[in-house]
Amino acid sequence: MNKDQNKNKDLAVVLVVGKDRSGIVAQISDFLWKEEINIEDISQKIMQGIFVMAMLVDLAGARSDLGVLAPKLEKLGEKIGLSVQIQHHRIFEAMHRV
Amino acid sequence: MPLNVSLEEIYETYRMTEKEHFDIRAVTLGINLLPCTSDNFSQLLNRVEKKIVTTARQFVKRAEKIDARFGIPIINKRLTITPAALVLSGALTGAAAEDRKRVVAFAKLLDHCAQEVGVDFLGGFGALSEKGMSYADQTLIDAIPEALGSTEKICGFINLASSKAGINMRGVAKIGGIIRDLALNSENAIGAAKFVVFANAVSDNPFMAGGFHGVQEADNVLNIGISGPGVVRRTVEAAPRDLPLNEIAEIIKKTAFKITRAGELVGQELARNLGVRFGSLDLSLAPTTAVGDSVGRILEAMGLERVGTHGSTAALALLTDAIKKGGLMASSHIGGLSGAFVPVSEDVGLSEAVKTGTLTIDKLEAMTTVCSVGLDMIPVPGDTKTTTISAIIADELAIGMMNNKTTAVRLIPVPGKKAGEMVSWGGLLGEAYIVPLHQENSDYFIWRKGQIPAPVTSFRN
Repeated sequence: MNKDQNKNKDLAVVLVVGKDRSGIVAQISDFLWKEEINIEDISQKIMQGIFVMAMLVDLAGARSDLGVLAPKLEKLGEKIGLSVQIQHHRIFEAMHRV
Repeated sequence: MPLNVSLEEIYETYRMTEKEHFDIRAVTLGINLLPCTSDNFSQLLNRVEKKIVTTARQFVKRAEKIDARFGIPIINKRLTITPAALVLSGALTGAAAEDRKRVVAFAKLLDHCAQEVGVDFLGGFGALSEKGMSYADQTLIDAIPEALGSTEKICGFINLASSKAGINMRGVAKIGGIIRDLALNSENAIGAAKFVVFANAVSDNPFMAGGFHGVQEADNVLNIGISGPGVVRRTVEAAPRDLPLNEIAEIIKKTAFKITRAGELVGQELARNLGVRFGSLDLSLAPTTAVGDSVGRILEAMGLERVGTHGSTAALALLTDAIKKGGLMASSHIGGLSGAFVPVSEDVGLSEAVKTGTLTIDKLEAMTTVCSVGLDMIPVPGDTKTTTISAIIADELAIGMMNNKTTAVRLIPVPGKKAGEMVSWGGLLGEAYIVPLHQENSDYFIWRKGQIPAPVTSFRN
C-alpha cells in the first residue's frame, strides 16, 4: 500500500450480511453517493449460505462522520432486510495483521 | 486503494462485536490526588473537586466519540483516585467521631464529582494495609459501611496481604464485621458489591470495584479493560470435540490477540485525545449477564457437563494462561489483572452451577488459584458469622500471598436469605443462589489476629 497516497483518506468498511437478492449493491451505493462517500473497493462472497459483501469506503469528504453514519446504515439495512454495519478500517488492520 | 483484509476477517470482526458481545468493558482514568492534600479539610475538599472536575470534564464525551468513530462499544467510563486514606490522612483531627464524619463527607464529595463528570463509578476509596493500619486507614475502614451505603458511585477496597508482607490478620478480623455492616446498610446488601478485599492489589486495574490509582503511577493515566467471554466461548464451541487441548489453547490465544489489538487501538486513540498517558491494557474475560457471555460456559464448551465438576480447575488454568499469552503478544502495555474472572452472580453458567450444587465454595476457592482474581460476587447466607467471612478472606489472601498473584474477595452476605435461596439485583450484577458455607466456626483462629508472616519465597534480597 502506498502510504502517501492514503494519508488524507479516512477509510472504513461497510459490511452487508444477509440473504442474496438483486439490487443490494445499487441500494447501498445510492446511499453512499448521497452521503458523498467514495467507494474504493468492493468484495463479495457467499459464506456458509450467507451473502457477505464488504465495501472499502473513504469518509474523508463525507457529509457526516462514522458515528452518524452507523445508525443510518443500520436503518437502511432494516429497510432492505439485511444487516448493514460500518467500522473503521484501522480496527481490521489491528486485529488481523501482526 | 484495494481492500487489504479478507472478507472472512471482516465478517469475523463483525460477528465478534455484533453477536458475541466483544466490547471495551471499561475505560478508566486514574487521577493522582496527592497534590490536593491539606491539613485544612475544607481546602482539601475544594482542591479535590477542582482537580477531578477539570481533569475529567471531557472524558465521557471523548470516549463516546471514540466509540462512534471505531464502532466498538465502550461500556463503562470510570475514574480511579489515589487510595483515599492517603489523601485524607493529613486532614484528620485525631478525634474519632469527627474524623468519621470527615471520611463520609469526603465520600459524598467524590460521589458528587463522579455525577458531575458523568462517569459510572469512581474507585479508590480504600487503603493499603497489608502490614499494618495507620490511623487514617482504620478511620476510613470503620466508616466504609456508612460511606459506601450513602453514596451511589463510590467503590472501596482494602489491601490486606502481599507476598512481601504476609497477611494482616488484625485487618482481616476487622473486615468481616465491616462487610456485614455494609450489607446491612444497603438495599438487598448491594453495598457489599462495591467493596473488595485484596492480596497483592495492582495499581493500574481498570475494573471495578477494586480499581485505584497507585502512588507509583503518573499524574493522569488511562487504563483500558477489554473483555469478550462470548467471543472466546464461540471459538471454543466451534472447535471439533476431539481437538486436543493444546490446540484449544492455541485458538483461545489467537482470539485473545485479536481482541487485545482492537482494544489497544481504541485505548491509544482515547489517551491521545485526552492528552494523558496510556497506562495499561487489561484483557480480562469479565462475564456479563447477557446470554452466552459467560466464563462458565467456556469451560463447559471444553467438554465439562457443568462447571464446578472435576476438571474445572484444569480447564480454567488453560483458559487464563492462553488469554494472558495472546494479550502479551498483542500489546506491550498489558497490566492490571489480565485473565479470566469468575464472578458468580454475573455469570449465567456459574450461577446455574451453584443452583444445581455442582459449584461449591470449596471448588470456587480451588478455581481462584488459577484465575485472575478470586472469590467474586458470591452471595452467602445473611446469618454468616463475621469470623467465617474473615476466615474465607484469609484463605483467599493466603492463595495470593503464596503464589505471588493478585487475589480478591467480594462476598455479599444477604440479610434474611438462607443457602439455596435466590437473590436478584438486576442489571449488570445479575442474580444468584446463596452459596452454602461450612457450618463449623473459625472463631479462635480469627480472634488471634496478628500477622501471618510472609512466605519464605519473598526473601530474595
